Amino acid sequence: MPNKKPKRSRARAPAGSGVILVDVRDPADTSPTPPGDPLPGAVRTLDLQVRLLDENDRRAAENRTFLQQRGIRALNFVSSPGAGKTALLERTLDALAGEVRCAVLVGDLETDNDARRLRREGLPVAQITTGGTCHLDASMVARGLAALPLDEVRLLFVENVGNLVCPASFDLGENRRITLLSCTEGEDKPLKYPPIFTSAHAVIVNKIDVAAVLGFDRAAALANIRRVAPQAEIFELSARTGEGFDRWLAYLRALL
Amino acid sequence: MHELGIAESALELALAQAHNAGASRLLRIVIRVGALSGVDAEALQFAFTAILPGTAAEGATVQIDPVTAIAYCPACQKDFSPDTDHFFECPSCGQLCGTVKQGRELDLVRLEML
Repeated sequence: MPNKKPKRSRARAPAGSGVILVDVRDPADTSPTPPGDPLPGAVRTLDLQVRLLDENDRRAAENRTFLQQRGIRALNFVSSPGAGKTALLERTLDALAGEVRCAVLVGDLETDNDARRLRREGLPVAQITTGGTCHLDASMVARGLAALPLDEVRLLFVENVGNLVCPASFDLGENRRITLLSCTEGEDKPLKYPPIFTSAHAVIVNKIDVAAVLGFDRAAALANIRRVAPQAEIFELSARTGEGFDRWLAYLRALL
Repeated sequence: MHELGIAESALELALAQAHNAGASRLLRIVIRVGALSGVDAEALQFAFTAILPGTAAEGATVQIDPVTAIAYCPACQKDFSPDTDHFFECPSCGQLCGTVKQGRELDLVRLEML
């Protein structure tokens, strides 16, 4: 919102002058910047409206166009570390094997452990090692895409760096953002870290096979998700046992 | 966390703008940070202290203006301020809605320079 306040005029009649003065000067404009070359030593103000994530958003739009032209749908998986992103992808890839050609980009601070876990016959997988950066950004994904053989690929899974805060701010060019919450994390995660849920197309509640042991309050978790992310579709599943996977796979097939 | 990267791109932009305007020094950098932007104002401020020295913005004041979140309830056709307890729950009708009108800002809005 612009900082301009509505100008208020003050009318007063100075004693003796007989002239009514109407002062419409904006008190904020005490020292307007003179036009022309800057005066030496004068402080100048420059008003801008530059979005700081513009550069990332521009590259994300390029990624989106690149993927769309190849008929690829992309999903960006975000969660805290250990919520089960890799396990979810493992089972998903196995379930879609021979049916939908997939590709995977995995982001981590260090190691290619996750990429090695996801290696499958004929599946293009690339590990993006960020070396300390806590999220993937659009230019990292662009480099990952350039490194992957994408012929015939229909679904691209991007496993973001495990982090519930930063990835929320970075559009990668995905079609769907999927946020995972595992039963081991507690029901109030969505309330503690709203942006990553608010920006999700779908929320997956993972590890429901151990929910009972943990005393996980399912109703409270769902209510919290709906509160911060009313737009998101919710899936309850177990990447370990496969429970709840049918609906999840149907969601993926519907994207194609 | 990622505030350092954001501070770096903000500084780069600010220095380029100041240079284009023929300024030799930056005195103040004003950034608007929305409550839902995912950026922590304190961490952003701290990041600037690390990167300003040695640039034309050395010693500049970094002013971070917070922007509160405003959501819109389509049922009541009214704006409301979501808070952490009743996030996106319309205070009038209790309906949950995800229309954010304000609060995602992360903008460089003003520079003061010599």
